[in-house]
Amino acid sequence: MSHTTHDGGVAVSAIPSPDEGLTAAQLAATHGLAVSGARPSLAEYIRQLWGRRHFILAFSQAKLTAQYSQAKLGQLWQVATPLLNAGVYYFIFGVILHASRGMSQDVYIPFLVTGVFVFTFTQSSVMTGVRAISGNLGLVRALHFPRASLPISFSLQQLQQLLFSMIVMFVVAIGFGSYPGPAWLLIVPVLLLQFLFNTGLALIVARMGAKTPDLAQLMPFVLRTWMYTSGVMFSINKMMEGRSELAVRLLQVNPAAVYMDLMRYALIDGYGAANLPPHVWAIALFWAVAVFAGGFVYFWKAEERYGRG
Amino acid sequence: MAEQNAGHDAGQNAGRITGPDGEPAPAQGAVDRRPTVIADNLHIVYRVNGARTGKGSATAALSRIVKRGSDEAARGVRKVHAVRGVSFVAYRGEAIGLIGSNGSGKSTLLRAIAGLLPAERGKVYTDGQPSLLGVNAALMNDLTGERNVILGGLAMGMSREQIKERYQEIVDFSGINEKGDFITLPMRTYSSGMAARLRFSIAAAKDHDVLMIDEALATGDRTFQRRSEERIRELRKEAGTVFLVSHNNKSIRDTCNRVLWLERGELRMDGPTEEVLKEYEKFTGK
Repeated sequence: MSHTTHDGGVAVSAIPSPDEGLTAAQLAATHGLAVSGARPSLAEYIRQLWGRRHFILAFSQAKLTAQYSQAKLGQLWQVATPLLNAGVYYFIFGVILHASRGMSQDVYIPFLVTGVFVFTFTQSSVMTGVRAISGNLGLVRALHFPRASLPISFSLQQLQQLLFSMIVMFVVAIGFGSYPGPAWLLIVPVLLLQFLFNTGLALIVARMGAKTPDLAQLMPFVLRTWMYTSGVMFSINKMMEGRSELAVRLLQVNPAAVYMDLMRYALIDGYGAANLPPHVWAIALFWAVAVFAGGFVYFWKAEERYGRG
Repeated sequence: MAEQNAGHDAGQNAGRITGPDGEPAPAQGAVDRRPTVIADNLHIVYRVNGARTGKGSATAALSRIVKRGSDEAARGVRKVHAVRGVSFVAYRGEAIGLIGSNGSGKSTLLRAIAGLLPAERGKVYTDGQPSLLGVNAALMNDLTGERNVILGGLAMGMSREQIKERYQEIVDFSGINEKGDFITLPMRTYSSGMAARLRFSIAAAKDHDVLMIDEALATGDRTFQRRSEERIRELRKEAGTVFLVSHNNKSIRDTCNRVLWLERGELRMDGPTEEVLKEYEKFTGK
């Protein structure tokens, strides 16, 4: 397609206007009209997004409720689904494969359950994020709102889903002898940082998925690979015993591993600081801020192009 | 909200602006000649993946990826040029009908004016934020009517207080609760007519600067149709400019004072309602 020049380049003789002789652009400028569908500045975009916070929250809650509304047990599935998930992983990795590698049952089972839930939070944020625009084209083409509302709303839905899973997590932890203590307060900052990281990731894949919907097909394989290298079912320290320090550290700074390990450290009594890489909080903060800020700007840059068929 | 203005930009073109209310109306028009929507040589192109020929096979898809760098046509991306070089200026107080046969680009043009579809070439300038009458896409069948009223209102950009204020109005207008307490049931349990009535009621609850209506008049039973036509006339009074897409020449005659006739994505005629409709009816053989 060759682009003809606009902005004054096109004569608009067809317009029956009293402002005879003006081009469309000049006429628009004269009367203070703005280009429809143009991308707002970053500050204006953030302001608009803040104005839509009620919509973002309501949309995420609606999606969450709608998920199980046809089931007989209804919202009970919010808790039952993660519980069954944990059960399956325990059966395969704990009973059949003995992935615990010397960890006692009291540590390994909460370790596994926490890992599965925390990783699922990131995993499903990415999965819903990649389809946030491409799967909601009807909405994008019918109504006006900052498009970042959609990926953010979907991550928020996953956060609420995780809060339900936390109920199961607490029950399992207490059941295996890790009782609530001051360390449990660390859960709040961990969740917050992971939510920021997930949202940034969702924004990035949402833009990519809007351009190339095929990513939705590819993503499960990428995510599964990521899961197996993040130490969800095994401890990276124990698995990599005897390997070089560098290799262990490289696996440990993986953001998914960082948030999982921090959550385990907060929750499980027998999982001490020795399992964490040095500067773990700084790493967690870095991933959250860098990915969120980067993802937000990256998404905003294509704002005016979402919805093109 | 957009400023209700035109006076503050006087400095840019001092020779032409004469008063705080913008241009004095020229001899031909009684309406205030302040433009609200300007379309400038607008082109809209849809891209459809993998729609070339009948062979939607894996090999075809593969060759598409291999030929990535080359021309889009060669990769099997079909382009549908839905709107081709449309230019017009709409003024405050006008009600503009869009007519044309199916697939002539009417709805696409509306979406482009609303800024919902990016333009391939050309530009649309608007005063304030034009909005499309319709919230269907934001509603969820698995939620109760009640929650959908709130969700739909928020999606249209209303505040929680505004929704609370209008909630009863919306429910009463839809008539959903006339036959029992249906508003607390999921929307999937509604008949298609009931769902359409609720959707229209939610959509029509908001006031708009530039309002665009896409065949919204055809929902519900006779009583509801009359009620919704009434509501659209009200909205027209409040809105600066109204666009109406319809295949019903009578409702165009009733509501519009200007008509744009689109055919194959091109603007075939633009003028007063009677003039254009006469030609259009000749064309369609009525």
